[in-house]
Amino acid sequence: MQTLPVTVTVNGDEHTAEVEPRLLLVHFIRENLGLTGTHIGCDTTSCGACAILYDGKPIKSCTMFAVQANGHDLQTVEGLANGPTLHPIQDGFFQEHGLQCGFCTPGMMMVASALLEQNPAPTDLEIREAISGNLCRCTGYVNIVRSIQHAASAMRAEESVAAD
Amino acid sequence: MIPGQFSYHAPATLPQAIALLGEHGYDAKILSGGQSLIPLMRFRLAQPAHLVDINRIDGLAYVREEDGALRIGALAREADLDAEPLVHERYPLLADAIAVIADPLVRNLATVCGNVAHADPANDHPAVMLAYRAEVVAEGPSGRRVIPIDDFFVDTFVTALEPNEVLVELRIPAPKPGSGGAYQKLERKVGDYAIAGVAAQIVVGADGLISEAGVALTNVGPMPIRASEAEESLTGRHPNEKTFADAARLASDAADPVTDLRGPADYKRAVTRTLTARALQRAAERALS
Repeated sequence: MQTLPVTVTVNGDEHTAEVEPRLLLVHFIRENLGLTGTHIGCDTTSCGACAILYDGKPIKSCTMFAVQANGHDLQTVEGLANGPTLHPIQDGFFQEHGLQCGFCTPGMMMVASALLEQNPAPTDLEIREAISGNLCRCTGYVNIVRSIQHAASAMRAEESVAAD
Repeated sequence: MIPGQFSYHAPATLPQAIALLGEHGYDAKILSGGQSLIPLMRFRLAQPAHLVDINRIDGLAYVREEDGALRIGALAREADLDAEPLVHERYPLLADAIAVIADPLVRNLATVCGNVAHADPANDHPAVMLAYRAEVVAEGPSGRRVIPIDDFFVDTFVTALEPNEVLVELRIPAPKPGSGGAYQKLERKVGDYAIAGVAAQIVVGADGLISEAGVALTNVGPMPIRASEAEESLTGRHPNEKTFADAARLASDAADPVTDLRGPADYKRAVTRTLTARALQRAAERALS
């Protein structure tokens, strides 16, 4: 059985492991690194519960082999909070009741973080397009959009304070 | 779901990739975006013994207009093209299709060339490339060859590529004055394959008549379909509702759909007809604007 070394940076920390080529990135993140905030929903590239940032861009980590990620930078939901302080996106989901069962939430938040990085003032339609690869089977989309808008305005306010 | 075992190769150059493909023949598959291949492997519908990952090869992620054609390199992602103003300004048919392929997360990895090389009749780019009369550039051990798109699709999931060839570039002819194109797709939900899709590309000459037309269909047959009779019917006529209705009827005659979860065959033919008329209408608006 072939195994290969994989070194990735996850939320700023470097990790190395020896893995089988067929190991999916999501399994690597959950089982080898113990970061279980990234979820496995559909296993068919449909739901986006496994969304992470790969070199800053949201991807479905169930649809990439861990060996492909060798040398790349990953961000997972565990990287959002700053110690006990919630990230504005997490706080937005808290304030606007953006989750019911919570299963899709990590993927939603990672997609939101990439969106707000690129577009600090998205329209509701732009948010809906950005999360169109993420399914919420509680169908709580209205509050998810509100949560991301809440985060966007909080982050814009932080930016303007920082700029002053 | 866990894919079967395979040996992983990550060549740094195209000649190395081609040599690996030559060594392993039909036991090897190329891994580029992986957004079709990896799902197939998870279901074990595909169990290649060797994966040749071309993502570590430099210089394949380009999209640029050069020598009268838009050149799309093997590793250009759907999202890369979507971010390219040139694509939106000059290749609206292509831009339309990219916006409705899978979802934004998949488009960050999926490649345009892979979408074509996979030769799934449900994929959107094959019909787009037929409508554009694109060319496929394949590189093998003895160098490069250019394959006209009409010779590329051989059967469902089967192309003219040899097992030791890599699809390195797609070439879309640069638009002539008076060109316009559009893609229309009906899908049950974001990320699903088309119930039917229609790609249309026309040129309206200085005399106000259609001088060239490309019409091709997605997911209404075992292969992407060029609606040749629809194309012929358009040529030499005024771009108006009557012309488009006639072409739409001929395009739906060219469709060869099967009844499945996405609907009965008759419904898909009717959808093809409606989408053809809409795609041509939109193409004409763009050609004349």
